[in-house]
Amino acid sequence: MFVTGFRDVRDVAAEQAKVDPMYQFTIEPLAGSGGWEIAGYNIAFTNSALWMLITTVVLFLFVLGGMKRELVPGRWQMVVESFTGFIDDMLEANIGKEGRKYVPYVFSLFMFILFANLLGLMPLGVFGLHPFTFTSHFTVTGVLAIISFSIVLLVGFWKHGLHFFSLFVPEGTPLPMIPILAPIEFISFMVRPFSLGLRLFVAMMAGHVLLEVLSSFVIDGTNAGATFGLMVGLPSFILMIGICALELLVAGIQAYVFALLTSLYINDAENLH
Amino acid sequence: MEAEAAKLLGAGLAAVGAGLASLGVGNVFAKYLEGALRNPGAADGQQGRLFIGFAAAELLGLLAFVVAMILIFVA
Repeated sequence: MFVTGFRDVRDVAAEQAKVDPMYQFTIEPLAGSGGWEIAGYNIAFTNSALWMLITTVVLFLFVLGGMKRELVPGRWQMVVESFTGFIDDMLEANIGKEGRKYVPYVFSLFMFILFANLLGLMPLGVFGLHPFTFTSHFTVTGVLAIISFSIVLLVGFWKHGLHFFSLFVPEGTPLPMIPILAPIEFISFMVRPFSLGLRLFVAMMAGHVLLEVLSSFVIDGTNAGATFGLMVGLPSFILMIGICALELLVAGIQAYVFALLTSLYINDAENLH
Repeated sequence: MEAEAAKLLGAGLAAVGAGLASLGVGNVFAKYLEGALRNPGAADGQQGRLFIGFAAAELLGLLAFVVAMILIFVA
């Protein structure tokens, strides 16, 4: 729904302003793959897919550098091990001993989102290469959230069977309260995949729109003359540097929050509550 | 009032929600820091809960952003 909306507005906005903050989210088929189809579905290799591939390759190389298993770790291995140790500690703190079997999934999830967010912020435009932040699309974050939610459902029903539904009735609930509490717990449970995907998508998209709007102040302000350039362009540019630093922080926090909430939801499935 | 003008006004009003969420996020970190300074020993163990509170407060502000986006681009 957002993609079609953006396209309409972009056509309108292109006539009015020089910098269009929504243009950066356009998905385009690359290298003439626009017509590729399987069973009536378009499977074009888009810029979104390209950046997912780049993220995967960078992540693979990053982790590969730390797989030497040396007794005295080098710098690279230290970095990779501190990341795995971080996820390991998080899962053990939130789920307990049996949480360690989810380290591969949560580690991949965390690193994939983190690298995607950070690569999307890289100033590669200097070299004429424009990074595409695919985590700023709800389709991508929604699928990641659905994977997490599916794991919760599978583990929950596998381990506890139909007893898993006792998740909706917190322990020690007075009997008259059950008809009120159970629907509320059910709704809050079903909203989880939605809120999980929405948070990452909106945080990344809002940040990139903000950066683009500020850059349009700098460009338009400077083009309007020296006075405007000094009064509007320069302060906007300084603010933009600060916002860039904030966006780096947000990129890390959002990846962390996604992994943290996933581990909390898995905890519900493992231990009920 | 024109429908387009009403949409943009509604989107602008929805942006108030982002400001209100900033109060919430600020409150989460302020209270955490307050508690952490009183009892620094317990602070590290509560960082997970800090970020859960932050995520919950932030999500409600982001919903205001979604409402604004829906009003501008979809409605």
